[in-house]
Amino acid sequence: MSLLDHLPVLLVIGPLLCAPLLVLIRIPSVVRWLAQAVVTATAAGAFWLVQTVNEPISYRMGGWTPPVGIEYRVDKVAALVALVVTSVAAIALLIGHKAARDTVIKGRLHLFYAAYLLCLTGLLGMTMTGDAFNVFVFLEISSLSTYALVAMGRRRNAFVAAFNYLVLGTIGGTFVLIGIGLMFQMTGTLNMADLAERLVEARDTRTIHVALAFMLIGLSVKLAVFPLHQWLPNAYAESPSAVSTFLAGSATKVVYFQLMRVIFTLFGASYIFGEARLGTLLVPLSLLAMFLGSAAAVYQSSLKRLLAYSSIAQVGYLTLALALGTEEGLRAGLLHLMAHAVTKAGMFAVVAIIVDRLGTDHIAALQGLSRRMPITAGLLVLGGIGLIGVPGTAGFVSKLALVDAALGAEHVFVAGAILMSSLIAVVYVWRVVEVMYFKTESEGPRLRERPASFVPAGIFLALMLGMGLYSEPAFELARAGASQLFGGMP
Amino acid sequence: MNAEFFLLASFLTPLIGALLIWFFGEESRTRELLLAITSLTTLGMVIGLLARVYAGEEVAIVLLDGFLPIAGGSIAFELEPLGIVYATVAAGLFPITSMYAVGYMNGHHETNQRRFFTCFSLAIFAALGIAYAGNLATLFLFYEVLTLSTYPLVTHHQKPESRRAGRVYLGILLSTSVGLFLLGVAWTGHAAQSLEFAQGGILGDAISERELPILVGLFAYGCGKAALMPLHRWLPNAMVAPTPVSALLHAVAVVKAGVFSIVKIFVYVIGIERLAETGASEWLMAVCGFTILASSLIAFSQDNLKARLAYSTISQLAYIVLGAALATPEGVVGSALHIATHAVGKITLFFCAGAIMVGAHKKNISELDGLGKTMPITIAAFFVGALSIIGLPPTGGAWSKWQLALGAADDHAIYVGVLMLSSLLNIGYLIPIPVRAFFFPAKDPHEHSDHHSHDEHHDAASNWRIGEQIREAPMKCVIPLVITAIACIVLFFWSNPIAHLVSPIVGLQR
Repeated sequence: MSLLDHLPVLLVIGPLLCAPLLVLIRIPSVVRWLAQAVVTATAAGAFWLVQTVNEPISYRMGGWTPPVGIEYRVDKVAALVALVVTSVAAIALLIGHKAARDTVIKGRLHLFYAAYLLCLTGLLGMTMTGDAFNVFVFLEISSLSTYALVAMGRRRNAFVAAFNYLVLGTIGGTFVLIGIGLMFQMTGTLNMADLAERLVEARDTRTIHVALAFMLIGLSVKLAVFPLHQWLPNAYAESPSAVSTFLAGSATKVVYFQLMRVIFTLFGASYIFGEARLGTLLVPLSLLAMFLGSAAAVYQSSLKRLLAYSSIAQVGYLTLALALGTEEGLRAGLLHLMAHAVTKAGMFAVVAIIVDRLGTDHIAALQGLSRRMPITAGLLVLGGIGLIGVPGTAGFVSKLALVDAALGAEHVFVAGAILMSSLIAVVYVWRVVEVMYFKTESEGPRLRERPASFVPAGIFLALMLGMGLYSEPAFELARAGASQLFGGMP
Repeated sequence: MNAEFFLLASFLTPLIGALLIWFFGEESRTRELLLAITSLTTLGMVIGLLARVYAGEEVAIVLLDGFLPIAGGSIAFELEPLGIVYATVAAGLFPITSMYAVGYMNGHHETNQRRFFTCFSLAIFAALGIAYAGNLATLFLFYEVLTLSTYPLVTHHQKPESRRAGRVYLGILLSTSVGLFLLGVAWTGHAAQSLEFAQGGILGDAISERELPILVGLFAYGCGKAALMPLHRWLPNAMVAPTPVSALLHAVAVVKAGVFSIVKIFVYVIGIERLAETGASEWLMAVCGFTILASSLIAFSQDNLKARLAYSTISQLAYIVLGAALATPEGVVGSALHIATHAVGKITLFFCAGAIMVGAHKKNISELDGLGKTMPITIAAFFVGALSIIGLPPTGGAWSKWQLALGAADDHAIYVGVLMLSSLLNIGYLIPIPVRAFFFPAKDPHEHSDHHSHDEHHDAASNWRIGEQIREAPMKCVIPLVITAIACIVLFFWSNPIAHLVSPIVGLQR
C-alpha cells in the first residue's frame, strides 16, 4: 500500500497527533506555523481525495475486516465535505493568529491551536468514518474542543455562550449515542453499511423508530435546526473571530452530512419520506427557519449575531433541500453546503477585520465605515450580496438549484417561499450597508487597512464569485455525490 | 475585425473604463478624458457591430460555459435585432450624456464624482450585457448588475431622502427580480429544459394555457424596471438622483432594460404566436392601458418638472409593454421603435430639466414663466422633445405610436383609443411647459432679484451667456440637448431602418 492509500486515515490522524505536539512545543511562532502547515496539508489531501475518489474508498483500520473492524469509508460526498471543512479551516486559521493573540489569555496560545486542531480532527473523523460509534466519538471530540474554543472569546459572555452550548451540545450528543445504542441493540452491528442492510428487516420495530427519533433530534440540535437553534447565535457571536469563521463554514456542514447519511444511507429515502413521513415535519420547520431566522437577523444589533441568525435561516435551506427527498434536492443541498460555507465564512472573516480594528462588531459602530475602511466595507457588501444570492455569486447558483428541485418535486409554493425568504436577506444586508455608507455627524478617523488582513476574506469571497460565475465543477461534484448517496448503499 | 470582436469590445469597454476611472480618476481632467474615450469607443464599437448585424451577419459568443448548469445556462451573448436597437440607443446616448453629466456635475458642484462616473460606466456595461444576452441566465445576471450598479447613483447625495429613495428603489427592483423574475426563469428552465432565446419561443406548449398568464405575470412584473403599475413607485423616487442619472438611466438604460427584457422574453421565450392564440397577455394589455392613462393623469398634478417627466416615463413604458402584450408583429415592431424614439425624446426633456436646474436653479413648472427669454435654446429643445413624446410629426415618436396603433387595430381596437386619448393627455401636461416659458411674463422679477444676485457670482463662471438677455446653462449641458432634439427629428425621417431591422424576427416582410 502506498502512502496515498492511507490518506483517509492520515487526514484524521495528522491533526490529532499534532495537537498534543503543539502543547509540548509552546513557542507561539512555531506553534502557529506548524498548525497552519498541518491544516493546509489536510486541505491539500482532501483536495486530492476529491479528485480521485469515484467508487467509495474503504479503509480498514489495522487490517481488520468490517464489520468486525472499524472501517473508514470515503465516498464522493464525504470527500466533498472534507474538502469544505479543511479548506475553511486552513483559510480561517490565517485570521487566527492575530485575533487569537488578543483574546486568548497570554501564554496559552498553544492551547488555542491545539483545540483548533482537535476540532478539525473531530469534524474530519465524523466525515470519514463508516462506523456509527466512531461518529459519536468524533462528534464529542469536535464538540468538546469547540466548547473550549468558544470560551476563548474576548468577552466574559463567552463563558456563558460556551456553557449553554455545552449543555445543549451534550444533550444532542447523548441523543445521538442513545440512537446508536438502540440500533446496535437491534442489529448487533455498528458498521454503517452493515447497519443499513440489517435495518431493512428491523426498521418496523418500535425500538428502531425510537432510535431514529433520537438520532434525528440529536443531530438536529447539533445542526441548529429550528427550533433547536438557541445555542448557535451566542456561540458564533462570542467566540474569537477565527473560530466563528471556522465554525460557520464547517461544523454545521459536517452534521448536515451525518443527517444525510442517516436519512439516505441507513434508512433510505423511500422509508424516511414514505413511511416515516419526515417531509411533513421537516418542510414546515425548514420554512419557519428560513423566515424566522432571517427576520431575527434583521433585528440584531451586532454583526456576528446578525450573521449567526442568517446561518439559522441557511440551515433551513439545507434541511429543506433534504426534505424534498429527491436526488435534485440532495444535489441542491450539497451545492448550498459549499456555497454557504464560502459565503458565510467570508463574511465572518470580514467581521474579523472589523473587530480587530474597531474592537467591536456593533452595527452602530460601523457608521461611516465606507470612508474609514473603504476596502473592508466593500468586502462586507460583496459578502452580503452573496448572502442575498445575487446572480454571479455562489448563493445564486445554489438557490436556483434549490428552486429547480422544489419545482421538480411539485412544490411550487415552496419554490416561491425560497425566493421570498431571500428577500429578507436584502433587508438585513442593506441595513448594514446603509449604516456604513450614509453620512453621519459623528465619524471616526480613517483607519489603516493592512493588505495582509484581507487575505482570508479575499480567498473566501473570490471562491464565492468563482463558484457563482463558473459553477460547473461544484455542480458536477454535487451531482456525482448526490447520485452516489441517493443510490442508497454507499 | 469580425463581429465577435465588436461585440466583446463594445461590451467590455465601459467595464474597463469604469475600472480606469476608479483607479486613476481622482483628478477631474483625467476622469473626464477617460470618460470621453470610454464612451466614444463604446459608441464606435456598437456602430461597428450595428453595421455587421444590419448586413445580416450572425453573432454569437459563449463566454463562460457552465455558469449555471441547470438547463444549460452559460454566459452567452447573441446579437439579434431587438438587442442591437437597445444597445445602439444606450451606447449612442452614452457619450452625449457623459458630456452633459460633466457639465452638470461641475455646474452643480457635486462631490464624489469618481464614484459617480465609475458606476455610470458600469451601468452602461450592464445595459449592454442585457442587450447582448444570449439566454435568460445571462439576461438575469446583467439585470441584477444594473440594479446594483445604479443604486449608488440614486443615493449619490447620501442624504436621508436619498436613503429613503434608495430603499424603495432597491426594495422594489430586487424583490420583483428575485421574487418573480427568477421564479419565472426557474419555471421556464424547468418546463422547457432550456434557457436559450430562439425565434418563435422555446416554451412551445410546455406550460399549459391555464398557467401561461401566471408566467406572463411573473415576467411582466418581475422586470420591475418596466415600472408597470402598481410597482412603479421606485421611478419617481429615483428622481432624487442627479439629473444625468435620471436622464440616461431612468429615462433610457434602466427602464428600457425592463421593457426590453419583457419584449425579448415575449418574443424569444414565450413566442408571440403562442401568446396570441392563448390570450395569456389579455390581462396585461388592460394593466398597460390603465398604467398609460393613470400615470398621464398623475403627471398633470406634478409641479416638480422631474416628477412630471417621471410619470410620463411610466406611461410611455407601458406603451412598449403594451406593444409586446398585443402579441402582433406590428405591435412588437412598434415597441422596438418606441424604445428608440422615446429614449431620445425623454432624454431631451430630462436634459432640459437639468439645464434649467443648473442655469436658472428652478425645479418647479410654476416657476418657469418667462424663462423662454433667458434660455430659448433649452426651451425650444424641450418643445421638440415634447412633440416626440406626444407623437406628432416631424418627430420620431409619430412613427412608433403609429406602429403601436397598427398593432392594436386588428383585434384590440380599444387600445387604439387608449393610445389616442393618452396622446391628448400628453399634450395636456407637456405643451403648457414651453408655452408658459415662452409666452407668460416672468413672475414678479423683483422677488427673484435677491436670489439672482446671490447666484450671480458662481453663475458667471459656468453659465453660457449669449448677448445681454440669454443666460443658458453651461455649454456642455446645452450642446447635448440640442443634439438629442435634432435626433428626435432625424428619427422621423429615418425610422425605417429600425423597422426594417426588427421586422424579420416577428415574421414581417418589408
